[in-house]
Amino acid sequence: MSEHKVTVCVNGNDMSGHAEARLTLVDFLRDVLGLTGTHIGCEHGVCGACSVIMDGKPVRSCLMYAVQAEGHDVTTVEGLEADDGTMSPLQDAFWENHALQCGYCTPGMLIAGHALLSSNLSPTDEEIRHAIGGNLCRCTGYQQIVEAVRMAAEKIRGETS
Amino acid sequence: MKAAPFDYRRATSIDDACRALSEGGDEARLIAGGQTLVPLMAMRLARPTLLIDINGIAEMSGIAIDGDHLVIGAGTRQSDALGSEIVQRHLPLLTEALSHVGHDQTRNRGTIGGSLANADPAAELPLIAQLLEADMIARSVESTRTIAASFFFESAMATALAPNECLTEIRFPLWREQKTGYGFHEVSIRDSDFALAAAAVQLTLDDKGACTRLHIAIGGASPAPMRLGEVESALLGTNLEDRTLHAETARLATLVDPQGDIHADASYRRRVARVMTERALQSARDRAMESNP
Repeated sequence: MSEHKVTVCVNGNDMSGHAEARLTLVDFLRDVLGLTGTHIGCEHGVCGACSVIMDGKPVRSCLMYAVQAEGHDVTTVEGLEADDGTMSPLQDAFWENHALQCGYCTPGMLIAGHALLSSNLSPTDEEIRHAIGGNLCRCTGYQQIVEAVRMAAEKIRGETS
Repeated sequence: MKAAPFDYRRATSIDDACRALSEGGDEARLIAGGQTLVPLMAMRLARPTLLIDINGIAEMSGIAIDGDHLVIGAGTRQSDALGSEIVQRHLPLLTEALSHVGHDQTRNRGTIGGSLANADPAAELPLIAQLLEADMIARSVESTRTIAASFFFESAMATALAPNECLTEIRFPLWREQKTGYGFHEVSIRDSDFALAAAAVQLTLDDKGACTRLHIAIGGASPAPMRLGEVESALLGTNLEDRTLHAETARLATLVDPQGDIHADASYRRRVARVMTERALQSARDRAMESNP
């Protein structure tokens, strides 16, 4: 089996490590780079817990191998916070709306919500539901997640404080 | 849920990929978006010993009109095709079908060619390729050949591609008649899931509203997407009135023989296939009537 030196720009910093060809990007992020915010759920592309932003678009990090991310930009849930470590409006809204219970799906939901709000600051509930359609919440707390994304959009638009 | 060990190499061109594939032997596989192959490897249903990565080969992706065809590079991301104005303008049926393919996270990696080459019986893109009689362009070290969709989709997850061939391009014929309309309907458990049954229709009407050209295909209810030639023949020349559509789509009861599974049994799929076909015909007819010369 081949082994590769992989360098990925994660949350704005070039980070390198060695990866066997079969190491998935999510395992690389967690086990090699120590960024355990991204969760591993089903490991075969169904649950969305491992979602990250790659080159500006949300993807599943369990459905690509680390070596394939060589030279790409990746944003993980750790990269959503502000530079001073305060939570993003979306993360705040999750906290305010009790949009997480066990927390397993949360990083993926935040990434999906973040991707939506990056291109659409006035999403309808249907658009929000569509955006998180690839993410499973095993606590089934979808309603609060939709409310949180809606509130985050309002906050960013400056309609609520 | 970890893949078995394998070697990895990045191909720099289609020629390079074909060479690697032919030298790599029977257990070499191409990987594009990986949205089907990586799960299969995680479950060890696939155990390639060599993965040849064709992501990043510029000549593999692109969307263009070439005469009477919409030509899409096999490596084109599904999300790029979904957002393409060229596709929307020339083949809106494909845009609509793509909106049902997975979700953002999978469409951002998944490719047009990857979905076709994997040939899931319930996938939307093979259904559209079968419906429109698309041509698949396949390359190997020895040759380049064109495979008609009707030969390409052999069975569930099985295509006419040889182990040493790379699907490089898909050519969708464009219908230039004025009064052309399309319809696409599917039922799935969740929005982004594979269809329990899906139907796609493209048709043309003459000035009096009679149907002069008609393709109907269904997916999810047979091992490979299937054209419904018998229903097409019965409806050609008619005005496609609702009662005619209802009566003729009843033929699906004997034409399709779906497999049942945990999500839906065979009789349900058969009924859904019929209803989806009827609705797709209605949508296509209504769109064709609205399209003003």
